[in-house]
Amino acid sequence: MKTKLQQFKESYFLYSFMRDWVAMASLVVLVVFLVIAFAAPWISPMDPYDATNIDIMNSEIPPMWMDGGSKEFPLGTDNQGRDMLSTMFYGLRTSIIIGLGAVAIQAGIGIVLGLMAGYLGGKTDAILMRLADIQFSFPYLMVAIFMSAIFQVVFGLGSFERMAIPLLTLIIGLSNWPMFARTIRASVMGEKNKEYVEAARVIGLPQRIIMFRHILPNALTSVMVISTIQVANAVMSEAALSFLGLGMPVTKPSLGSLIRAGQEYFFSGSWWITVLPGIWLVLFVLVINLLGDWLRDVLNPKLYKG
Amino acid sequence: MTTNHTPLLRVQDVVKHFDISGGFLDQLRFKGGIHLEKTTVKAVNNVSLFVNKGETLSVVGESGCGKSTLARVILGLYRPNAGRIFYEDQRIDTLTHEQWLPYRRKMQMIFQDPYASLNPRKTVRQTLEEPLRFHNPKMTPQEAMDKVAYVMEQVGVDPAWIGRHPHEFSGGQRQRISIARGLILDPEFIVADEPVSALDVSIQAQILNLLMDLRETHDLTYLFITHDLSVVHHISSRVAVLYLGTLCELASAGDLFNEPRHPYTRALLSAIPKVGEKKAKHIKLKGEVPTPVNLPSGCVFHNRCVFARDRCKKEFPRLNELSNGSFVSCHGVEEGWEMA
Amino acid sequence: MPSLLEVRDLEVKFALRSGNIKAIDGVSFQLDPGERMGLVGESGAGKSVTGFAIINLISKPGFISRGSIHFEGKEISAYSFEKMRKIRGNRISMIFQDPMMTLNPVYTIGFQMIETLRAHRDMSKSEARAIALEKLKLVQMPSPEKRLDQYPHELSGGMRQRIIIAISLLADPAIIIADEPTTALDVTIQAEIMDLLQELCEKQKMGLILITHDLGVVSQVTEKIAVMYAGKIIEYGPTETVVHHPVHPYTIGLIGSIPGSIEPGRDLKQIPGMMPTLTNIPPGCAFNPRCELAADICTRQTPVLEEKQNGIMAACHMK
Repeated sequence: MKTKLQQFKESYFLYSFMRDWVAMASLVVLVVFLVIAFAAPWISPMDPYDATNIDIMNSEIPPMWMDGGSKEFPLGTDNQGRDMLSTMFYGLRTSIIIGLGAVAIQAGIGIVLGLMAGYLGGKTDAILMRLADIQFSFPYLMVAIFMSAIFQVVFGLGSFERMAIPLLTLIIGLSNWPMFARTIRASVMGEKNKEYVEAARVIGLPQRIIMFRHILPNALTSVMVISTIQVANAVMSEAALSFLGLGMPVTKPSLGSLIRAGQEYFFSGSWWITVLPGIWLVLFVLVINLLGDWLRDVLNPKLYKG
Repeated sequence: MTTNHTPLLRVQDVVKHFDISGGFLDQLRFKGGIHLEKTTVKAVNNVSLFVNKGETLSVVGESGCGKSTLARVILGLYRPNAGRIFYEDQRIDTLTHEQWLPYRRKMQMIFQDPYASLNPRKTVRQTLEEPLRFHNPKMTPQEAMDKVAYVMEQVGVDPAWIGRHPHEFSGGQRQRISIARGLILDPEFIVADEPVSALDVSIQAQILNLLMDLRETHDLTYLFITHDLSVVHHISSRVAVLYLGTLCELASAGDLFNEPRHPYTRALLSAIPKVGEKKAKHIKLKGEVPTPVNLPSGCVFHNRCVFARDRCKKEFPRLNELSNGSFVSCHGVEEGWEMA
Repeated sequence: MPSLLEVRDLEVKFALRSGNIKAIDGVSFQLDPGERMGLVGESGAGKSVTGFAIINLISKPGFISRGSIHFEGKEISAYSFEKMRKIRGNRISMIFQDPMMTLNPVYTIGFQMIETLRAHRDMSKSEARAIALEKLKLVQMPSPEKRLDQYPHELSGGMRQRIIIAISLLADPAIIIADEPTTALDVTIQAEIMDLLQELCEKQKMGLILITHDLGVVSQVTEKIAVMYAGKIIEYGPTETVVHHPVHPYTIGLIGSIPGSIEPGRDLKQIPGMMPTLTNIPPGCAFNPRCELAADICTRQTPVLEEKQNGIMAACHMK
């Protein structure tokens, strides 16, 4: 018998990956991003979250290749005197943590509800899907504004700053579960009438086992595809919220709050505070979306011919 | 219907209708004022039959005749709208999930499509062990493994392939694994839903032979669902012919093939292409098959039957027992019309 | 008399990432005007590919790698797409298993028939409509006028297949290639469609290539038969003779494995094993691992199709 490694080496998955240079390049870039994000504390020139490192006298220094630039701050500094490069590394780290966490929450809720709606059908389906419709018709920004406003009032601004990451994760996670629920429901409805499910019922297995052990594994490919794209969306949502001042506080900037902070200095000539994190963000979201597209093409059972 | 000994399975006046009208908006009709209209597929209508221990009862009919639905109603996958189903004198159509469990061990099913009936993510071992471990929680892994290997050998799949996934097997081998899953709980009654119609001719023969051998070695009773009449002739003891969810004729295989009584059965039999027979004169049916949504009044076959008379349009024919023990549901047969 | 269609030594390959594989290998046959031939085999034997190859409709990565196809005195295997389009649907029509593959669900039957006609011939809409109506009558369609304005989904499977046949008849083709035309239909409908096809061929002097796995259907409708196995024709001859006195062990096994060929309840004759996949066809005779007559030579040398007995050609060393 073939080992798992051999099977993978001969798989269509790897084959199509090796022939698609866009996907390969995207993966390389993504890996670089991930390494930077998680190694940020070790590779950044300074810790931008540590107030003692920051000297206001260093504010708005342009990148090193421009007049007045300094080797100490390769990409310049922001309005508070923080090293842009370090801040972008740390900001990416925050964005990715929130993005992954939010997608985990979305997927958790969406998979369970979508599975129930699709398999049980009838009233359960109707109620859950109407719930999803209602959730979808609220702009997530509005939900997020309400939630963070309530939180700030109840716990005070101080604790909001400490709790910003988990809170943002929760807000973005809760507001986007219907995407997952709908996708899962659609694939479950396709799977549930297949004969292997009937076979499981004839054996007498309880619904729970049929749903989670038989149907779910066969519906997971669609989850993989939307998960990647949802990570990108969650990162964008975080950036948008932070840009509006509802996300990460200035003391712990994410890419979104950096862009917002720089925006005020944009016309006074300090364009790099906004533009550099902007490019950083676009590049990150782009590679995720490119990979997601490739994954969707590969996993599409209609195109897939082993 | 009465017999002197208790049949293994009895189906009495079973009705299964499906509501396909969808949600509120789909049901809305504007013709003749606004009102709601339900659309029901009348898949099985008042079907009664019985299966004796050790025999093979085939249920035949064309697509949409309700034969697969009947199979699933018998196995409790669908609840009937009306009627009763008995297994060894125990009524089973009203049981709860837990009460069903002992019958799950006795009644199993084999499916049509060997590509859809095995979970693509599970290995043969997982597929076959799951029912065993579920119904025998105390079984040790070694016992389960031995049993799986034993059954695999019986259906002609090399036990060395136990760790493989379904996609590594051919259609015929998958069907053998599907049969192994049906056998692993040592059932006494098996519903086989078109088990060979998705297979190539030479593979079909292998599977039919296997099913017939297993019937002998395992003392099995089959309810065999198929549209293929040559297969039916080959393996059945008795045959039930369904048309639009209604039982037309129930007779021993010999009687049915030698002397079909119901006009529909006759048309069906005459249409089988036989190897080496030049253009047999098949009986032409008039009209088109009605849909099970709008069933014809009276005898459901009347609009296609060349012998139909007035009574057929108005009155639903009863299932009558003939002198040779066959059952036929036809006014013409009952009244002895000239039908040739 | 020169034959209408002559296929000689046809080979079709598929370029896969593991290399080229032969889907059909050295297939030769001929069809006279008005002749009905059955192309029989199990799935994967190459019978559909042969059908597609004749009208040069093999989709990528497949391609004709060798051989010739002579139709009405012309070599058509290397025709350009444009030139082939004039033959396809015009001189040679094809009917598929699933009528919905050919019918467009968003147009009426009449529209589709008229469009097809006008694509091939220069004529007015009313002329085209008249021809469409005539063809619907030819396929014994009940109330044909009404059908022209109906959509495909309003018709039953049997009626759709009649429409498809009517469409394929529009340009009075010389040959109809029917790929499993009744497999999706019920027996009673199948019998009617087969009757119809046979009658049409006789009346219109049309050639028919019937691609099917069902030997019963073939033996009722066709005059000669080609049995395919693993991409090759292994037996070729008059239907009557092949069905009653088959020569090749595979054909014998195939006929023996049909229920109804022997007494009910007895074990069916079965061919052990299964057809090899195209990627690993055994050396020598492709059937040798399953054959009870197989001898040493069968594993070394590929048998050629040659005259055996009663006008049957077969590819077997042992007969």
